[in-house]
Amino acid sequence: MSHFFEMGGYAVFVWPAYAVTLAAIVLNIVWARRALARSREDARRRLGLRGEGP
Amino acid sequence: MSRFGSPAAGVVVQAGAITRQSTVWAGSHQAPMLDAARLALTRDLQLAFRKRGQLVQPLAFFAMVTMLFPLAISPELARLREIAPGVLWAGALLASLLALEFLFRDDAHDGTLEQYALSGQSLTWLMFAKTAAHWLLTGLPLALMAPLAALSLGVSVAAVPGIVVSVAVGSVALSLIGSIGAALTLGIKRSGALLSLLTLPLSLPVLIFGARATQLAISGGPLLAPLELLAALVVLGVTLAPLAAAAAVRISLE
Amino acid sequence: MTWTWFHRLGSPPYVYGLATRLTPWFAWPAALLIIGGLWGGLVLAPADYQQGDGFRIIYVHAPSAWMSLMVYTTMAIAAAVGLIWRIKVAHAVAASCAPIGASFTFAALVTGALWGQPMWGTYWEWDPRLTSELILLFLYLGYMGLRAGLEDTQRADRASAVLAVVGVVNVPIIHYSVTWWNSLHQAPSVMRLAKPTMAASMLVPLLMMLLGFTLFFGAVLLVRLRGEVLNRERSASWIREIVST
Repeated sequence: MSHFFEMGGYAVFVWPAYAVTLAAIVLNIVWARRALARSREDARRRLGLRGEGP
Repeated sequence: MSRFGSPAAGVVVQAGAITRQSTVWAGSHQAPMLDAARLALTRDLQLAFRKRGQLVQPLAFFAMVTMLFPLAISPELARLREIAPGVLWAGALLASLLALEFLFRDDAHDGTLEQYALSGQSLTWLMFAKTAAHWLLTGLPLALMAPLAALSLGVSVAAVPGIVVSVAVGSVALSLIGSIGAALTLGIKRSGALLSLLTLPLSLPVLIFGARATQLAISGGPLLAPLELLAALVVLGVTLAPLAAAAAVRISLE
Repeated sequence: MTWTWFHRLGSPPYVYGLATRLTPWFAWPAALLIIGGLWGGLVLAPADYQQGDGFRIIYVHAPSAWMSLMVYTTMAIAAAVGLIWRIKVAHAVAASCAPIGASFTFAALVTGALWGQPMWGTYWEWDPRLTSELILLFLYLGYMGLRAGLEDTQRADRASAVLAVVGVVNVPIIHYSVTWWNSLHQAPSVMRLAKPTMAASMLVPLLMMLLGFTLFFGAVLLVRLRGEVLNRERSASWIREIVST
């Protein structure tokens, strides 16, 4: 198990690399969802609905 | 219709000449676009010489930038000679970025650019003419000034011709590439940083080969190879950049 | 052959609905492939003969680099389509691509640096591939900056489209730089039409990751696309229905 974490001595390179990529993936998901929510909010405001809804 | 206000007196005269060209030559089969281009070129040169102070600014900037390095790094001529190609080209690139803001600014401001777009003449050729004028006013003087800066960095006199040629050829490519970014950012306030961000990535090959050619000129080696690559970039730029710039101008004026 | 499906792709309400429905079909397979690829790459694959466990960075570096190029190409094609045929949806696709591509270009540069240090002795070198990948990041940032600097959406669409098309010349340079020049970066070992020079146990997780990242791009693109389509629609009754729920 510890061999897995140590990555044959390369842990200080391997794990940050995976962390950065994971961060990129998570960031994209969060960012995209937030952008969509913002666009929906803008559209709502443009139409004068202002979240009142039917 | 013009978003940029009414034309300044006198300036519209030559722009009018270019648009009149299309009505006069409408029926003939001559090449009016070359004449229009020639008119645009002479107009830009004439207008620029009325504001000579503005012409000097990029050159003064170049001189100051090249001065920064000896003062900031080391006054030793031997060390400066090593970094001279980089310093010259970084300075030339930054100076030409500064000068790019003048390329379309006045014409966009007084409506001449719209006249060009509406004139029925080939906007691509007009863009080529404007870029050529821009190079004659900034790139060529930079190339002629570069030896002075090089000498101040400890470069030997024998390298001067090579330096002039490499900077002259490279700055043509820089003007062409820069015209695209300048056209895209027309009318954007404080677009200097954005213009640099758009122009620098595409200019990096020019920087790489130009610096290489200057390096070889300084060390006395054969600079034909990078010079040819630079020339190839120029040819590529000449064929594609005015087209892209014309498209960008039309988009910016819509 | 009817072209109605093609014309429908130009219709914002149709695209919005399609994007909403298709997203799970991209997202879930992407998640499975990435998790499977991670398992295969980190646990199952044997250590490399020369690079030991350090080679496992390839399972995040290669997909990130692939993304950086693939997304830009998609963006440039969508931009060209939007520019030539004046299709708003195409511009919406291009706008959606940029942030995704930029983030993975950054990831590719960082993971590459982390791989370069132990294996080739340096975090960075100004060789053609690394330099042109960095240029790619600046192209993305320039594209996004140009869009941000132009208030009129239509002008922003068309101007950034010109930029995207002009910059696409960088993509083949990046890809072929390792064959054209002597580069620090290693020669292509997967993207060759001949047999790849990797063992199957190492190759399969890599292919899973590449496919998984591609599908992930699809899912994120679809989510962003919905927002971009909404941004470009002024009134339209179909929006009313969608946003009031």
